[in-house]
Amino acid sequence: MRISIRVNQADHEADCWEGESLLYALREKLGFPGSKNACEQGECGSCSVLLDGTLVCACLVLAAQADGHDVTTVEGLGDGDDLHRVQQAFVDAGAVQCGFCTPGLVMATVDLLAHSAAPSDDEIREALSGNLCRCTGYAKIFDAVRAAAEAR
Amino acid sequence: MTQTARRGLQVGTIGQLVPRIDAPPKVKGEFAYASDLSTPGMLFGHTLRSPHAHARIAGIDTTDALTMPGVHAVLTHEDVPGDKTYGLEFADQPVLAIDRVLYFGEPVAVVAAEHPEQARRAAERIRVVYEPLEPVAEMERATEQADLHPDRPTRSHGYREDDRSNVVRHMVIRHGDPDAAGDVSVSGIYELGIQDQAFLGPESGLAVPDGEGGVDVYVATQWLHVDRAQIAPCLGLPLEQVRVHLGGVGGAFGGREDLSMQIHGAMLALHTNRPVKIVYNREESFTGHVHRHPARIWAEHRATKEGRLVSVRMRILLDGGAYASSSTAVCSNAASFALGPYEVPNALIESTVVYTNNPPCGAMRGFGAVQTCFAGEGQMDKLAAALDIDPVELRLLNALAPGDTLPTGQTITGSLPIAEVIRAAAALEPPAPEELPRDPLRLPGGAGNTTRGEGVRRGSGFAVGFKNIAYSEGFDDYCAARVRLFDDGSAEIHCAAAEVGQGVTGVVLQVARTELGTDDVRLASPVTSQVDSAGSASASRMTWMAAGAVRDACRAALDERAARGGRSEVDVERIYRHPRTTPLDPETGQITGERAHVAFAACAMKVVAEVDVDLGLTRVVWIGAAQDVGKAVNPQQVEGQIEGGTAQGLGLALMEEIQTSGGLITNASFTDYLIPTALDMPPVESVLIEDPEPDAPYGIKGVGEPPTVVSTAAIVAALRDATGRGLTRVPVRPDDIVF
Repeated sequence: MRISIRVNQADHEADCWEGESLLYALREKLGFPGSKNACEQGECGSCSVLLDGTLVCACLVLAAQADGHDVTTVEGLGDGDDLHRVQQAFVDAGAVQCGFCTPGLVMATVDLLAHSAAPSDDEIREALSGNLCRCTGYAKIFDAVRAAAEAR
Repeated sequence: MTQTARRGLQVGTIGQLVPRIDAPPKVKGEFAYASDLSTPGMLFGHTLRSPHAHARIAGIDTTDALTMPGVHAVLTHEDVPGDKTYGLEFADQPVLAIDRVLYFGEPVAVVAAEHPEQARRAAERIRVVYEPLEPVAEMERATEQADLHPDRPTRSHGYREDDRSNVVRHMVIRHGDPDAAGDVSVSGIYELGIQDQAFLGPESGLAVPDGEGGVDVYVATQWLHVDRAQIAPCLGLPLEQVRVHLGGVGGAFGGREDLSMQIHGAMLALHTNRPVKIVYNREESFTGHVHRHPARIWAEHRATKEGRLVSVRMRILLDGGAYASSSTAVCSNAASFALGPYEVPNALIESTVVYTNNPPCGAMRGFGAVQTCFAGEGQMDKLAAALDIDPVELRLLNALAPGDTLPTGQTITGSLPIAEVIRAAAALEPPAPEELPRDPLRLPGGAGNTTRGEGVRRGSGFAVGFKNIAYSEGFDDYCAARVRLFDDGSAEIHCAAAEVGQGVTGVVLQVARTELGTDDVRLASPVTSQVDSAGSASASRMTWMAAGAVRDACRAALDERAARGGRSEVDVERIYRHPRTTPLDPETGQITGERAHVAFAACAMKVVAEVDVDLGLTRVVWIGAAQDVGKAVNPQQVEGQIEGGTAQGLGLALMEEIQTSGGLITNASFTDYLIPTALDMPPVESVLIEDPEPDAPYGIKGVGEPPTVVSTAAIVAALRDATGRGLTRVPVRPDDIVF
């Protein structure tokens, strides 16, 4: 089936098999591999994107369900070479090691800060608990979130 | 010796906080991981895997699968063009199963199709006739059951002879008089489940035929050249016709030392003459790489009434699973570090690793030392209790120091500040207990809201661990680097060191900037055809080894340019080797030269935990760590290694275990195999002890493994303190606390 999705403020179309996830369509059909494929079952958060402004796991949404909707991926956050403040905070805090979880955590942080401008440590931990990171032990990710909140 | 304080961000050379060069593309989603690769005309590969832990294969029929839509190839063992078996150290593993399968998930056939779903559906149509066999499922019984590898692949490699069936390696370290009596004796049996590396980037790669019979493989790996050395013979190709490129790596932790999709992808690419990408899904990943060895360890510690260790006996049994992988080295490492970082005059250590039909085990961060640290540190706490001595004091009393002798007879000639790390960790002050009532997120049970504080007990634990850096026992361990200097003053570095997330690319650039005195340095993408081997991004060795190689190549390049009058372009390659090691005597486990291990690194950890003793739920409140790091090349990244390494040890202590039933994995998902989340990790306060390693470039030591070695032991010590329970098995389950 042919689907139309607005990704990062530009219209895209693709032929998709009905069983394909939004994640697969983004990565393999639409040229947005930034959202990651760590578990493809909604447990790790590495594929987190905003679907009409709501944080979702792109692996749990069918591409067909996203037809006619608006998606923001990690590739759509910055402005050219300028990083989004959350991205910059992750770089500065040393919150990136292998980086496979990073796009999802960046999206989850953007979503958190959109709802809570100055989150408490507990809020941060709870908001990011759906995003698994295997490298960092999360400490520098928390540092990044606090720094991003302060940078507003 | 100095303790490093936090500093502000700077760009630059060794010892400075350097932002990672790969961080901006990673936060933007632009960094190309192996699973992101794409090229026109690309097919997708899929692997058909065994549903049995042990079975004879009576037949494989691919006829139907080949007729499925979009399918371009269905290959079995008959299609392997060269050697039918491969292996990291011993070629005991078939590329594709031949007449039997030895573990759940063993690759049997591979399919290439235009869409990954077509490949999966075609694989379902391959008819494999299995005749199930009784699995060797318990490591304790393996030596009494039928030999899974009657040809004994690990025999005649200088190991102790052992005729029992299924023995991969059996070793003994005999030191002094193990029968020496002490005033007190404590003993215990300790067990560890199977831990998975659970790197987030699944096994992935892209194989591209070059049109001339060769192939380029872009893959997430830890060691490009050893991959090539295994791939090429199985393809029946000379090494030069196989070029292995580093695809972006989403974490490794030892799980990418062994091959996954490399040969399969290359076979499909050469067969179809099309690029082929293979990406494992998470369930498949649990069978797609080796795991940490589960262990059962018996230990007896004897000491004087003053607390001096007199003798330690330890028997270590490790389940290697179906194939050898790096089991022989893990077995030896477990034995070498069985005593912990203590001076022990007498010891008898037996370490055995066996073949079974359980998931194959091999390298994982800590490499054998994790298992024995858990047992040994549990014993030290028991001894402290029996002697009524403070656990930290007991450790200080017995702490190893340079000039002391290891049970293998090796004298410590380099850096090993055990007493210093113990004192530094012990001096860290945990936060005062938080008052009740408090947010349930800060109680055991968390958002489950299972207690308001009733039944919650607080405990603290302490442990110290150490392990070797780099490869041991006579392995020819080297790293190459190539430096090109250009007329415009810029430089290009080639080094095949795998960036697996640990930050080695930054190290390479820092060293090059330091040595060349310019910021205009770029690092070429690693490929086997451009530079010799870097060795593996393993064993906490890559920073040391890459720094040595890049340093030497930079200095040689500057010398050569000077010799040519300072003008012309130069291109030099240098090989760096650490001090040579020699094997251990197979009968006594004693050194046969000056050293079996190159150098050592240690970490001490203090943990505060709270436990809901009614429900068996736990919360680690705070962790303080002091680590012996040699020289912190990039302090921010060193802290990251400590925090991340601690988290993996926390996982093993509290939640991580691959569950099996008759050899079949029953929890191959992140729903059922839990790793620590943002809610599980406490703050980790770290102190870096900089005591330069004399044999290493810039005094560097590796930093990745020590925190993982020790944190499991330290966390369980805190749980024991809180509960009064023995807790001799990890992961600790609620049942272990309540019943």
